[in-house]
Amino acid sequence: MTDPSLDMSTVAPTRNQWWDVWDQFKSHRGAVIGAMFLIFITLFVVVGPWLYGVDPAKLDIRNKDMRPFYLGLFTDVKWSWTRPLGTDHLGRDIMANLMQGGKISLAVGWVAMLLALVLGTLVGVFAGFFKRLDGPLMRFTDLVLSLPLLPLLLVMMLLFRDPLRASFGPETGIFILIVTGIGITSWMHTARIVRGDILAIKEREFVLAARSIGTPPRRVIMRHLLPNVMSPIMVSATLGLATAIITESALSFLGLGFPSDFPTWGKILFDSVDRMTNFPERVIWPGLAISLTVLSVNYIGDGLRDALDPRIRGL
Amino acid sequence: MKLKTALLGAAGAVCLSSMAFAEGHEGERGRDGHLSIIYWQAPSILNPYLSGGTKDVESSSLVIEPLARHDQNGALVPYLAVEIPTVGNGGVSEDLTSITWKLQEGLLWSDGTPVTAADVVFTANYCMAPDGGCAQLAKFEGVASVEALDDLTVKVTFTGPKPNPYLPFVGAQSPIIQAAQFADCLGAKAPECTDANFGPIGTGPFVVTDFRTNDVIQLEANQNYRDANKPAFATVTFKGGGDATASARAVLETGEFDYAWNLQLAPDVIAGMAAAGVGTPVSAFGTLVERIEVNMTNPSPDLPEGERSTAAHPHPFMSDPAVRAALSMAIDRNLLVEVGYGQAGRPTCNLVPAPAIFASDNTGCLTQDIEGAKALLDGAGWVDSNGDGVREKDGVELRVLYQTSTNAVRQDFQALIKEWWGEIGVATELRNIDASVFFGGDPGSPDTYQKFYADVEMYANNFEGTDPESYVAAYTCDKAPGPDSQWQGENVNRFCDPAYDALVAELGGTADIEERGRLVRMMNDMLTKDSNVIIPLVDRGRVSAHANTLGGVVLNTFDSELWNAADWYRVGN
Repeated sequence: MTDPSLDMSTVAPTRNQWWDVWDQFKSHRGAVIGAMFLIFITLFVVVGPWLYGVDPAKLDIRNKDMRPFYLGLFTDVKWSWTRPLGTDHLGRDIMANLMQGGKISLAVGWVAMLLALVLGTLVGVFAGFFKRLDGPLMRFTDLVLSLPLLPLLLVMMLLFRDPLRASFGPETGIFILIVTGIGITSWMHTARIVRGDILAIKEREFVLAARSIGTPPRRVIMRHLLPNVMSPIMVSATLGLATAIITESALSFLGLGFPSDFPTWGKILFDSVDRMTNFPERVIWPGLAISLTVLSVNYIGDGLRDALDPRIRGL
Repeated sequence: MKLKTALLGAAGAVCLSSMAFAEGHEGERGRDGHLSIIYWQAPSILNPYLSGGTKDVESSSLVIEPLARHDQNGALVPYLAVEIPTVGNGGVSEDLTSITWKLQEGLLWSDGTPVTAADVVFTANYCMAPDGGCAQLAKFEGVASVEALDDLTVKVTFTGPKPNPYLPFVGAQSPIIQAAQFADCLGAKAPECTDANFGPIGTGPFVVTDFRTNDVIQLEANQNYRDANKPAFATVTFKGGGDATASARAVLETGEFDYAWNLQLAPDVIAGMAAAGVGTPVSAFGTLVERIEVNMTNPSPDLPEGERSTAAHPHPFMSDPAVRAALSMAIDRNLLVEVGYGQAGRPTCNLVPAPAIFASDNTGCLTQDIEGAKALLDGAGWVDSNGDGVREKDGVELRVLYQTSTNAVRQDFQALIKEWWGEIGVATELRNIDASVFFGGDPGSPDTYQKFYADVEMYANNFEGTDPESYVAAYTCDKAPGPDSQWQGENVNRFCDPAYDALVAELGGTADIEERGRLVRMMNDMLTKDSNVIIPLVDRGRVSAHANTLGGVVLNTFDSELWNAADWYRVGN
């Protein structure tokens, strides 16, 4: 970023740089659509249950195996407007379950992503900035990279499930466990990317200048380095969110993770696979929700990378 | 790839054998190539004396054999023995205190050494060794001594008259193990003999060549098997793990495997898969009862390890009979059958559903009674005084942790039962555990059904053969799993009633079949209707499946499903 010329006031009023970011972001069509979808799905899972008002866990055996409205309108099957996406084999409302499940899946995704982000940035910055820490931290990163998530989570379940359940209750306890599990096994890529960028940037003149006037390392990192590695961090954050949602789905799909009466998108998918051929909608909707969320987040990441990079933004 | 090649080879073998032996299934050993079996619970050990898990017992039945087994009708058939000893042929003494088994002549272990009476005696000593934690100790209930009269004759003496002496060495749970191999594995050292426990030398049709814990077992035909023409298959892959759906699909739809065990799937799902025409589901009713077991001891994680779920701490609310009765009354068993089993199940209130002479006429639980359950809880002082929808008394809330193995039907049951219990003011937390772990019996895991770190748990169990004596004898005080028994034992409820123990002792000394029936019915009622320590749900038929090209399968609910694997063969076109 070059310093604007001194007579800038005559050209245009000063403008927050985030407006430039937003302008650039807007020009990326995929990212805009992705952001809109993400907002939609977030509203769907947060406001949806409140508007829809159906208890996802309520069993209604008499009204089991209902089909979605789009089938009911054109074919002769059991369906009802009060159950727009149908019911499962125990009569639970599929739409309500999708909302409830999405809430959990998205919450796991966001929290695990933030955790991974903080850890990854911390390790990356320290490894890149302090030469002495570089070796040990990067070897530690390699070590964690080679840890398989599934056995690790199993062991964590074994060790921490009961204490966590006792202090936070069953659902929150498992939530913490899964989020931590995913978080501490997915920060390594962020750490590597950040370290690489920091290594390159810290040799640049402006950092040298800052150091030469005696800026302490903390200030150098906060003022000069972090803002410059923001764009890779943001990108890996979006990718991290997608990975966390997928990992949680995979865990639920394997029957690990949350209790069976606690729907997540992966769990709904898992429970429906048995009857996939007869009731494809039960697999399609949660599957679609997972893929579209992940896709939209990836597009947002793509758009953000372009928007945050001053060279592409044309400054 | 490897599997595919193997299957091609097997298919080739089918064509060849069907040409050579138009009659069907006679011929030399190993003629039919490869057999693939899938059990969705993976075996963790091949020694049934160290594990109560069905998957371990059944997989080991390919390798090690008992003296006699029950066939599909519940009748005894000799295996290693020459004949079934009875009072009539002099094998059982007149006073019913001893039984004398004669081994077949010329039997060889798979390593070529002869099978002798000493091996049988050793097997008994192995299981009855102090601090061994033998999982099948109930089989040896009341055995005073086991001695070898000569090389081929074994005499089992009981402490008193034993009207059903066919317990030790009968059935897949009590096979003969080789003395030479297990000599150093007695008592507390038993779990340490990994090689022996993972690859026992046996007399069965197959020999272990590779054992991967909780994964896959490779076996080959036993060259020393007593029938020169058996088994028809040269090699066997026994794959464990996955889930019931996948294994059903592998046999019924894709044909990757030849035999799938215990397909506990919703009826509509099985029917849908069978429509593919590759395999056939087979079913039979036995004594398998899906039940909820109630923990009589406190599983709270606040208790120190070693005291949790032991008799030292009674359960804070499950020890109240009214609570247990209310839990049972709230359940609609007919609906459970409809949702989970269809034709393959029927509602039951009994722990012992068959044979008829032992089955109690207990039908009181078949009608759901939510109002009655509420009234019962009100009467016992359990009321919801703080308005959170959960009843409590003296500061103890009715919050139940309900665990079972991971299985679609069981999770449906959990959801339904949670709903009903919610209606009577009992809050339920559900937990499902991978079946291999839940039934694995690993004393180091907190999640086994024996450890029972929950308030209630659901699974199915049955007894072998036609006599429920060892089954009901499993609920005596001394058979409660605990740290001092390496968490082995079948009395997972930690039920303890001296009157019940007395009945078990009386049953052990009663020969008259009518009287035995009366005693078993009485014990059944004590555990179910009177105390609701066990809440039976469904009498389950067993559904398994075999490929249409696999012949000789006789589904046996009274013993291991693989009991006659030596007779299995490949069907030609």
